Amino acid sequence: MTTTTTDFLLEATDVAKTYGAVVALKSASLQVRPGEAHALMGANGAGKSTLVKILTGAVRPDSGTITVRDQIRTAHSPAEARRGGLVSVYQEPALIPDLDVADNLRLTDTPLDRFTHWVGELGLDSLDLSAMARSLPLATLRIIDLARALAIEPDVLMLDEMTAALPANLTERVLEVVYNRRGGDSSIIFISHRMAEIASVCDRATVLREGVTVGVVDVTPDSANQIVELMLGESVADMPERELQTSAKRTSEAPRLEVEDLGSGTRLKDVSFQIQPGEVLGVVALEGQGQDELFDILSGSEHPTGGSIAVNGSEVHFRHPADAIRAGLVFVPADRAEALLMQRSVRENIAVPFSARIAKWGPILQRREKPKVDRAVERLQIDTRAQNEVRFLSGGNQQKVTIARWVAGGIQTMLCFDPTRGIDIRTKHQIYLLLRDLAEAGAAILLYTSDLSEIQLACDRAIVIFGGEVVAEIDAADADEAALLRAAHNLGSEDRLPEEIVAEEVEEAQAHGIKIGEEEE
Amino acid sequence: MTADTTTAVETAGPTMGDRLRRLVRERPIVPLLALLVLLVVASELIRPGIVSANWAGVMVRAAIPLAILAACQTMTMLTGGIDLSVGAVASMTGFVVATLVNGPGLWAGIGIALAVAAIVGLITGIGVGVFKVHPLIMTLGMSLVVLGFANVWQLRMVQTGSGVPQEFRWLGAGMFLDYIPRSLLLFIPLAIIIMLVLNRTGYGRLLYAIGDNEIASRLSGVKAWQVLIVLYVISAVLAGIAGFLYSGLTNVASVTLVDSAMLPSVAAAVIGGTSIFGGRGGYAGTIVGALILTVISSILSSLGYPEAVRQILYGGLIVLVAAAYNRITGD
Amino acid sequence: MSTILERPQNKTEIKRSGGMGAVLRRNGWTLGLIGILAALFVVARLINPNYGPPGIQGLAISVLPLAFAAVAQAIAVIARGIDLSVGSMMALTSVVAATLMDERSEGFAVVVVIGVILLGFILGVINGSLIVITRVPDIVVTLAMLFVWAGAALLVLNTPGGGSAEWLRNLTLGSFLNQWIPKAALVLFVVVAVIWIPIRRSRLGLSLYAIGSDPLAAYRSGVSVNRTKILAYGLTGLFSAIAGLTLTASTGIGTPVPGPYTLMSVAAVVLGGVSLAGGKGGMLGPIIAVVILSLLRAIMTFLGVDTNLATVAQGLILVGVVMVSSLLQLRRQKV
Repeated sequence: MTTTTTDFLLEATDVAKTYGAVVALKSASLQVRPGEAHALMGANGAGKSTLVKILTGAVRPDSGTITVRDQIRTAHSPAEARRGGLVSVYQEPALIPDLDVADNLRLTDTPLDRFTHWVGELGLDSLDLSAMARSLPLATLRIIDLARALAIEPDVLMLDEMTAALPANLTERVLEVVYNRRGGDSSIIFISHRMAEIASVCDRATVLREGVTVGVVDVTPDSANQIVELMLGESVADMPERELQTSAKRTSEAPRLEVEDLGSGTRLKDVSFQIQPGEVLGVVALEGQGQDELFDILSGSEHPTGGSIAVNGSEVHFRHPADAIRAGLVFVPADRAEALLMQRSVRENIAVPFSARIAKWGPILQRREKPKVDRAVERLQIDTRAQNEVRFLSGGNQQKVTIARWVAGGIQTMLCFDPTRGIDIRTKHQIYLLLRDLAEAGAAILLYTSDLSEIQLACDRAIVIFGGEVVAEIDAADADEAALLRAAHNLGSEDRLPEEIVAEEVEEAQAHGIKIGEEEE
Repeated sequence: MTADTTTAVETAGPTMGDRLRRLVRERPIVPLLALLVLLVVASELIRPGIVSANWAGVMVRAAIPLAILAACQTMTMLTGGIDLSVGAVASMTGFVVATLVNGPGLWAGIGIALAVAAIVGLITGIGVGVFKVHPLIMTLGMSLVVLGFANVWQLRMVQTGSGVPQEFRWLGAGMFLDYIPRSLLLFIPLAIIIMLVLNRTGYGRLLYAIGDNEIASRLSGVKAWQVLIVLYVISAVLAGIAGFLYSGLTNVASVTLVDSAMLPSVAAAVIGGTSIFGGRGGYAGTIVGALILTVISSILSSLGYPEAVRQILYGGLIVLVAAAYNRITGD
Repeated sequence: MSTILERPQNKTEIKRSGGMGAVLRRNGWTLGLIGILAALFVVARLINPNYGPPGIQGLAISVLPLAFAAVAQAIAVIARGIDLSVGSMMALTSVVAATLMDERSEGFAVVVVIGVILLGFILGVINGSLIVITRVPDIVVTLAMLFVWAGAALLVLNTPGGGSAEWLRNLTLGSFLNQWIPKAALVLFVVVAVIWIPIRRSRLGLSLYAIGSDPLAAYRSGVSVNRTKILAYGLTGLFSAIAGLTLTASTGIGTPVPGPYTLMSVAAVVLGGVSLAGGKGGMLGPIIAVVILSLLRAIMTFLGVDTNLATVAQGLILVGVVMVSSLLQLRRQKV
């Protein structure tokens, strides 16, 4: 059977993929040994998801080769990849919402006995096979999806952010299963943002940055720093230090935005903070801690279930984003597909809010509108050359357009939700400078970012949200990445990061010669 | 780094194919006009001597009511919708005026007919904008309602009788100098207004915005329901006006008169380059689309092909053109 | 995190069926329709005490074409499509059948019937392939094919004509076993059951629901989305052909002009609980919806209401039901 000429079960070499003008992957390589758990790491926009799609056959690469057990393989669909022994489990479970669990299993020809075995291994208490997938909680669906994949016994199992927003007990079982599968004939590709998980279950890690494989690391308890350095690249050094002015807070004025005891069901609880004019307030949170709800409420997309919002000292209630905009709260979402009219020009995109109100439905007064749009385009240095449609712009330029839309109308309060996600460093830098400039000019800015280094570069202070509550407020001067990370995990400065705890546990466990997850004693 | 690569790709010299794509994407009217000219030439080749000022007048006269109906499709399709009730509404208005002209009089008839059309549009707009019913279903349902009421009205009116008003005949079927259709008197201002609304007003901007990305428009403060309610009222009123021209052109007042023009109106908009997905297109292309369909139809009838062949060709054309646009404008 | 080394028991309680409650909940809409239908029958009897077996037989025969059209439409809609060419395909298959059967032997008619059903499947496959290949939206392609098939029908037969085999005509006439069971109803249920139930149970059936419910998840589950879509339209064509045959059977001739079947089939599908968003619903709901719509019309006739107002009522019912169901959906999203 084994005509092995190399040590690798799966090998991707120099894979490249371009979407229009956007280079998603330049030269990515990945080598997975049999029996290992291999981490695939990279910051947002590094090309992880594109590489995953190529491996699973959902996307065809422009160049590069993929071999499985030394056979060159080009899967054209997930079905083909599946037959070739490569199965992936995604963050969004691939279960059909309108079929019951049994039918979902039938659809993928999953052997029921092995499926039940794995469902048990993964620690699900009970499962109703006749339940519609739609009616099951997300965590259950993920577990079903994973059990279904395991039941097929694939050569390579790819787990894409499997543990995101999974309850702690299920996360542990998933990690256990991954850990215990090592050493066999099959491998796991594990994609996660959580360093602790990587450290606890993976053997090696491949790091991508800007579409290129920049390193392969043997995972050891203290390889986290090495991985982070690879992920960040020179970007840290590139970034000019901002002079941290001990921001002269103009406390004499009423706060521009005052949020008190704001709540949204169980996702957001009693959040209170203030922003002064001229201040950039950072929001730091791990994924899914309630920051989405906070921004949705403030931008008028969602109704709060409790608490109050006051703008310039007077209380406001938003029924529609239009109300928030009228109150001077403008929103820059992370997903540009949510913000832009992709088939329209840059100018049209910037000018849309001008026409939103019925009173402005009449003839467009170019004389009045054009200078405003021009100024915004110029201020953000948007590249408008020869492109009539925004969809042909690069990600960075697109994000600038979403900000320019509000700059053109004059900004009082801007709510930025991860505005630099997946865009190039130069543009990121321009956006920080712009945020500072706007603040200097008197705007109040609320900035959520998943890139912790941005807090010190752009903010005056930051609040940290954990489990829907504000757990810390940190001044920019003290908000280095380590401090923020601790706070985001709701750890005091005395506590250790979960990475450290898990690393120690792994070390200890290995010292005792037992597998993680097996019963002590 | 990424920025550099991006720039490089963007400034790479365009090939011939790229240029053609850009042309079609940004100025679809040019290839459409070329196609129209081609068809006119074809007409002349098939029937030498047929192309004349009078022939052109007849073509334009036939295309005008279709182009007005297609304006309804263009505007609704820009928002990602469609208006399949235009046939029923147009038939209804023509019929209502024909039944009222001998009683309350022409202008009262027109007023009542357009008011009814506006109410139909209002209900459609509320269904689509507020209740989020799919426009296809909503307008199909409304067309059943309108047809039913029109039939009831017809039964009531059997005694009084009806007749297409002379004024409609004059406007819809008459020509100045034998080659300038009088309906241009109505159509030219109407077309200019529609194009100005689409391209030069805030309202037009919002039609494109909603069709392109409803979430993004919402986040920009646009209340889509307001735009949509107004849109379907406009669409119904335009259909009503087209109904007057149809009844004048054919000298028929029937509650199903315009039904057969409903699908060509969609075809004209699609051929004219308006995307059924929304956010892309314009009225100029639609007008040319209506002309193209009219000329094709005339070529076919001059060749002695039956109605059937025309239908098949229309259908084939819609798929072909839509597929071509998809290829050209897609990524 | 310190609990990582603890390990609970690996016992998962697997339930295989949700019991009566789940079945009822899942078919709530259909059950409601059956209730409405029963109530309408009672109303019909009250208004017109003479409404009995002959009336029901007439009703069954008259709903047959629309019922099959609704089934055809339901399949396209379940697979997240819509087929506006159902009426035209009915017209085309009906005239083809009428032309071929005209003055031919009864035995030859069997061949014709099978051939026409196959033809319907092919028409549908052409629709589906065009949608998949051109990537033009379903609505546009089938709208265009509405012209094409209707034109083709006119080419086959310019004016109503042709004929129908005697056995085919008799197939739907009269009653079976009991005077309360019209043969037409029996034909409807047998044909739908024989064709649809095996498909529904097969992987193809699952795939139909899968691509309608969530195309991405279906793709990731290894379903060939394109092939399934083409087959879905093929089945829509097949049932349209059967609907066309029932037209020929009931009138004895073929009519090249499409009736209002496309619109009504969409209405019936929506009323029948098949979500236009795809992935939901079955065949029973749309069929019952068709019967309800026809019965309503009959009742209105008993009451001496203008039949045109019946058309209005049908339109209002369609719009009303869709509005209410969208409103419910909006509510659910907000909570």
